[in-house]
Amino acid sequence: MSFEQILFYVFAAILVFSASMVISVRNSVHAILFLVLAFFTSAALWLMLEAEFLAITLVLVYVGAVMVLFLFVVMMLDIKTATMREGFARYLPVGIIVALLTVAVMALAVGQRHFGLEQMPAPIPHGADYSNTRELGLLLYTTYVYPFEIAAVILLVAIVAAIALTLRQRGSSKSQNVPDQVAVRRNDRVRLVQMDAEKRK
Amino acid sequence: MIEMLQTLVMWDSWPTVLQTLVVIMLKIVAIIAPLMVAVAYLTYAERKIIGYMQVRIGPNRVGPRGWLQPIADAVKLMFKEIVIPSGADKKVFLIAPVLAMAPALAMWAVIPFNDTLVLADINASLLYVLAIGSMGVYGIILAGWASNSKYAFLGAMRSAAQMVSYEIAMGFALVGVLMAAGSLNLGEIVRAQQGEWGLFSWYWLPLLPLLGVYFISGLAETNRAPFDLAEGESEIVAGFHVDYSGTTFAVFFMAEYANMIIIGVLSSLLFLGGWLSPFQGWTDSWLGEPSLFWLAAKTSFFLFLFLWFRATFPRYRYDQLMRLGWKVFIPLTIVWLVLIGAAIMAGLEPWFGKA
Repeated sequence: MSFEQILFYVFAAILVFSASMVISVRNSVHAILFLVLAFFTSAALWLMLEAEFLAITLVLVYVGAVMVLFLFVVMMLDIKTATMREGFARYLPVGIIVALLTVAVMALAVGQRHFGLEQMPAPIPHGADYSNTRELGLLLYTTYVYPFEIAAVILLVAIVAAIALTLRQRGSSKSQNVPDQVAVRRNDRVRLVQMDAEKRK
Repeated sequence: MIEMLQTLVMWDSWPTVLQTLVVIMLKIVAIIAPLMVAVAYLTYAERKIIGYMQVRIGPNRVGPRGWLQPIADAVKLMFKEIVIPSGADKKVFLIAPVLAMAPALAMWAVIPFNDTLVLADINASLLYVLAIGSMGVYGIILAGWASNSKYAFLGAMRSAAQMVSYEIAMGFALVGVLMAAGSLNLGEIVRAQQGEWGLFSWYWLPLLPLLGVYFISGLAETNRAPFDLAEGESEIVAGFHVDYSGTTFAVFFMAEYANMIIIGVLSSLLFLGGWLSPFQGWTDSWLGEPSLFWLAAKTSFFLFLFLWFRATFPRYRYDQLMRLGWKVFIPLTIVWLVLIGAAIMAGLEPWFGKA
């Protein structure tokens, strides 16, 4: 077994372990931490596939931003673990069947027959001066420029829509008026008074 | 001497994997050990500089002029008891300081110290720095949550929102640099700033607003004054590390200072030409040569700014902090990116003419 293979199996084992801990651990904050570990190990697997840009972006976007917001929300929730685990045994058979079906479908779709080494031979490793980022950028901004731009615009629309849906002005809420605060001058607030010293009695 | 050591341990008979591993480990030690000394003396410098700014002397009792003060502090913290609050989540409570420290150290892997001196010269090192840097927030959030204390929790919440907000502005500032240099490799970025105009061919001049945004976002990312709302001594006692003591507290403390040094080094690499000399071509002495000295000098300058700001500015209010990040910095960086794009297309000398 080569060094790469050992690395692959170590990362894969950690990934499967942390993914199963995400759904089985009782504490929801612990579950999120295992999800972070799962993202991190999958980034390591992507690195081994020579997808450095995607691997680092996975860490940057999912671990660095999305999961932080998840933690932010989950830490403030008051989840009763007892009620959450109700019916675990009842739904277990259904869950197992669905899981097995999914595994079977995936094995059929991405198994040896379509993605074996004959159909998909391992690509030749690139030299040290090969820049993954540069190649990706060249593709995105030439061949796929329209899909890329359209996706960006859709995301922008989603941001605007999310803000428009949730932003509401309540009359009762109090907030600072920032332009007023910035416009304040010293003379509005402070008055220097010149007073003569009083004589000691 | 190295050859003697090599024959002594029969170096050639070791397997190649082991040889590589040992060499890398030694390189890591060669980076981390000076870093720890720098962290220790940064705390001393902070207390001295702020002391003089407030017309007092600062630490002057331990050793000559107080030079042994950081060592005394380290020994004191190591011998203190580690108290774990009874309601705390013990595992997460103990992992949190490690998660704060690890990213601060992992970032040094890709930092180039001069033209050839770098541990891992990867071609997306700027992206790596950004990704690893964004993980530092976990230590703080988890510390606040695991302590099972209201003050610590409030500190963690503030820190999470603040770091996620300022990361965006910071990322945009870095986009400007990588547009100008045309590379994500930190070494390449420094080499792209080389030019006959000496210090005026560095990126601080065309990217001045981005330098400001980057450094101020760096202050916010490291939770330093005036953005130290996560600690906020006057409001929430000490924020996320209120329940930490002894070594666990020391690790948080070291992580904060190691992050400050990282921000200083990155600012000098990205905007001030890293190891390049400001007097290049003006003098024939060693001052005109690019060297590690210049990187250290520029980093020290930025670290001095950190301390200076702490002694000067009062703490931001939370809504002001958010406003500055979202409504001032992000639009400013976006506008400047468009301007840089135009300058690059026009081939503005001396910065963008080469490409």
